[in-house]
Amino acid sequence: MSDFVNSGWALYVAGITIAGLLFCVFILVVASKRQVMASDNTTGHIWDEDLKEMNNPLPRWWMWLFVITVVFAAIYLALYPGLGTNPGTLKWTSTGQWQAEQDKAHATMAPVYAKFTAMPAAALAKDAQAMGIGERLFINNCAQCHGSDARGSKGFPNLTDSDWQGGSGPEYIAKTITGGRMGVMPPMAAAVGTPEDVKNVANYVLSLSGSAHNNLAAELGKPKFATCGACHGADGKGNQALGAPNLTDKVWLHGWGESAIVAMVNGGKTNVMPAFDGRLSPEQIHVLAAYVWNLSQTVAVAAK
Amino acid sequence: MSESQEPTVKPAASSTTALPSALLPDAKGLVGDDAAVAMVSLFQKQQKIYARAVSGLFSTWRWSLVWATQLLFYGLPWLEWNQRQAVLFDLDTRRFYIGPLVLYPQDFIFLTGILIIAAYALFLFTAVAGRVWCGFACPQTVYTEIFMWVEKKIEGDRIARMKLDSGDWTLNKLWRKTAKQGVWLLIGLWTGFTFVGYFTPIKSLAAAAVSFGFGPWEWFWVLFYGLATYGNAGFLREQVCKYMCPYARFQSAMFDKDTLIISYDVERGEPRGSRSRKADPAKIGLGDCINCGLCVQVCPTGIDIRNGLQYECIGCAACIDVCDSVMDKMNYPKGLIRYDTQNGLAQHLTRSQRLARIFRPRVLVYSVILGAIVAGFFISLAMRHPFKVDVVRDRASLARLVDDGQIENVYRLQIMNATEQPHRYQVSVQGLPGIRLATQPDIRIGPAEATWVTVNVRVPPESAQQAGPGAHTIHFDIALRAEGDASKDTAGSVASEKSTFVVPR
Repeated sequence: MSDFVNSGWALYVAGITIAGLLFCVFILVVASKRQVMASDNTTGHIWDEDLKEMNNPLPRWWMWLFVITVVFAAIYLALYPGLGTNPGTLKWTSTGQWQAEQDKAHATMAPVYAKFTAMPAAALAKDAQAMGIGERLFINNCAQCHGSDARGSKGFPNLTDSDWQGGSGPEYIAKTITGGRMGVMPPMAAAVGTPEDVKNVANYVLSLSGSAHNNLAAELGKPKFATCGACHGADGKGNQALGAPNLTDKVWLHGWGESAIVAMVNGGKTNVMPAFDGRLSPEQIHVLAAYVWNLSQTVAVAAK
Repeated sequence: MSESQEPTVKPAASSTTALPSALLPDAKGLVGDDAAVAMVSLFQKQQKIYARAVSGLFSTWRWSLVWATQLLFYGLPWLEWNQRQAVLFDLDTRRFYIGPLVLYPQDFIFLTGILIIAAYALFLFTAVAGRVWCGFACPQTVYTEIFMWVEKKIEGDRIARMKLDSGDWTLNKLWRKTAKQGVWLLIGLWTGFTFVGYFTPIKSLAAAAVSFGFGPWEWFWVLFYGLATYGNAGFLREQVCKYMCPYARFQSAMFDKDTLIISYDVERGEPRGSRSRKADPAKIGLGDCINCGLCVQVCPTGIDIRNGLQYECIGCAACIDVCDSVMDKMNYPKGLIRYDTQNGLAQHLTRSQRLARIFRPRVLVYSVILGAIVAGFFISLAMRHPFKVDVVRDRASLARLVDDGQIENVYRLQIMNATEQPHRYQVSVQGLPGIRLATQPDIRIGPAEATWVTVNVRVPPESAQQAGPGAHTIHFDIALRAEGDASKDTAGSVASEKSTFVVPR
């Protein structure tokens, strides 16, 4: 795959390379011819009264090493890419090498994963090796967003609690890791009403979870909540099929407080988790999902 | 009985004797006004040096050091400690065991310390006694001596070897040469095998050797090191010292006029000449040197020490030994060639005066520096924590709000157990008022193992507000606990590592 816009450049590079090699050989041949310059094996010049320079031929061993390097270069350029866009007879590419290494790694680990694929998540949770692999997969792939202890932060869910949107259990987790997830809440300000209404609804939502709120505003906001209830349920307990969170619990993924809720209502939210389908194999995802599921089953993250 | 063929090539400018034209194979008609400045071709093929065998005080010293160094090198990997090899550099698990010490790659500073100590020690004893390293302890010299001893045993002494080489190929020559090469190869391979035995447990390596079952890298290093020993000691010999080793070249920077060097006493020895044993040299106008040429014959680098100190001289003192033995036979006092200093010779210093000169500023400064570094090295080794800690804070999730408004940061601690017993560890944190760990993890680490531990650090909201948004320096204290002392306060050593705590805006 050439980076050049015009194939002429590839020819230019190849041409210069070959010309350079030929020139090196030519120079070597010329320089290794011995020319007698003076009768006493010197160059014939005298500096500072008695300084002379000897006229010795190129050492044979040096000359042959040079020849070997030229021959090596020629063989190398025939086998590997180097002359412009010529791929070389071995057709080596760095992506190809990477793919071969990946395949080899997968093949090496295949027996280990084969054993795990047959086991359900509950059994994997008891297998120290599986949980060790799961932890390392987690730290390398998931901890960047969900934190090293899987407790997440603003916008990145806490995987150790029992609050799951869209489904729960190891199969759901595996599906999420494989395909990613997009959680969408549309902006609802227009549906709710005026900014005053939005503020009142926010207070009502706060009251649902028993958080600090303005009682009067909450009373005024209660009828407006019907708009929200379409997704979040009339009682605000959420709708797992739609992925709408439970508003009555203490989990505030996108921030706590009136201003945070007002921002959500006004602006909506699209929360995206990338798909790991290409980066992790299904066997790895199976083990990783069991690990993540296990985190919410045991209260503390075991030190390993 | 001087040598008809001097096997040395010296730059013509410093030569005091005219070089025979046989040494200039490429010269064309060296004639007339050029003869005074003889041109020397540098394409001299190596003239093989047949060093004569010698025995004496210094030869005994040299052989003692051969035995000492080789017993150490070949013997050390076979020693055991705690059911494992005493000295083992396990590259796979990245642990370096030296006796009771378990060293991690993080401890390479001690290797640096050892190298610095070696360098300063070298400077020190080179300033005092010249190239004693070269002549007595250097592996090149040691292995060359071993190989030449083998050669002497198989091919005979100097005259016999010269005759064998210049003769035709007979069955006798064939079997001798083959036997010698065979023994050399075996010694080389044994050396390579021992070298790899410092990295792979030598007993299992020996078991693998029987069935030729080395791993690919083991094969490579055994053969590489073995062949390098064979090549360097069997063929290159003094050419390593003369052309490859930089020590020869910078000796002129490390010597001074009070350095003990191997010196020929010119005043006493000249003019040289053979004479009858009964004659009194003073009466016939001769010095003590009888011009036997033995000092040249024994020299492993093929120089004539009577020309003065040369860079090729490796300080092996073979010439001293042989000249002393000749002086004994002639009933002259020993020491015509002896260890002396330039000042000593020029100023005719006595032995005690020379000795006093040893304690000059250069030597004292080297000694003080060396002493300081050695002391520092051993003190820091003794004060090592029996474990190491690295703190890696979570970067993507900088901080989070948890129950009751506390701010929480997540960290991963890598704790490396540098002992061979299992241990328990306890973590605490300081730096902000009210800062504490959310839960105290139960950390148990096996011998020579390293583990990652995730900890959550919380700061109460008032404290966070007072500290202000941003990163604040905190530190973790990780303490060692004896097994089974769950309730006792930690009495063991404590490692402290800095980190930062982030309070979000």
